[in-house]
Amino acid sequence: MISPWRDERLRQVVTASMVLGLAIGVFAIAFGVAAVSAGASVPQTCVMSLLIFTGASQFTAVSVIGSGGSTAAAFGGAALLAARNAVYGLAMAPYLRTWRLPTRLVAAQLTLDESTAMSAAQDDDDHRRAAFWVTGASIYVFWNVFTLVGALLGTTIDPQTWGLDAAFPAAFIAILWPLLRDRKAATAAAIGAVVCLVLTPFTPIGVPILCASVGVLVGVPAPHPTTDEAAAT
Amino acid sequence: MTWGLILALGATAYAFKVIGLVVIGDRALPPVVERCLTLIPAALVAAIIVKDTFTIGHDIELDARAVGVAAAAVAAWRRVPLAGVILIGAAVTALVRAIS
Repeated sequence: MISPWRDERLRQVVTASMVLGLAIGVFAIAFGVAAVSAGASVPQTCVMSLLIFTGASQFTAVSVIGSGGSTAAAFGGAALLAARNAVYGLAMAPYLRTWRLPTRLVAAQLTLDESTAMSAAQDDDDHRRAAFWVTGASIYVFWNVFTLVGALLGTTIDPQTWGLDAAFPAAFIAILWPLLRDRKAATAAAIGAVVCLVLTPFTPIGVPILCASVGVLVGVPAPHPTTDEAAAT
Repeated sequence: MTWGLILALGATAYAFKVIGLVVIGDRALPPVVERCLTLIPAALVAAIIVKDTFTIGHDIELDARAVGVAAAAVAAWRRVPLAGVILIGAAVTALVRAIS
């Protein structure tokens, strides 16, 4: 067990995770504004953030409804985007496997792009778990607080004026950078980026991100000749 | 916006998370699968960066975001802390937007 006040590295992980949570959470103002503009009530907007709690799905549902799309189309697009959290859950599972079921059921709700990526950027299992929890929990708190702020603000603020739409990719660049030291990870990242860009004009929104996961097949060849069943599908 | 849609989406989103983390992820997986799983963040994070930087809906767009994210990439390379990278990315994007 590591105590945070003794471990300088852990303190850095916790600080960085909380900053990321705040930065992502602020973006929920944009969601709150968008949801109310699309005709959702303030309670509906807040319940979406509390229950669905996966930004891309929430934005998709609101933008489909707002542009006059059907409930089915809104559900389909948002559900497809939410499917990637299953993949993130798989990625986190090896580190959380020893925990009791109720704890993992709570962890499941915090399984997101950011908590998984922040966790993956750490060097050892204790720091991975800390990064996952702190990032996930701080996003949950800030995301819901700022959803309420946005819903109450209504349409008086434009996130684009402040460059807030670039805050997401900027944060992800900072997260991706350390992962690229590994050559296989760099190749997987390059494949993911290209697949996403190429598919964007032709597939429903959200699908390119899912398809980008083919990049992980870089991991199929074993690093050393071992008795390896080709079990990857 | 209906309550039915909100509740159905909430249940679906949580179900996906539980399927990955608890149902499938609960058992030990073959080594080849584990090797692939460790690459998920790299592949998906790269894809999300590309999506948020170069696309709007179905269109590929080169705009102020690209400049901001490029500045953020330089900052990350220079080991600027995360908060600084985010600030630089947002500030440069806002600046380019304001003067263009």
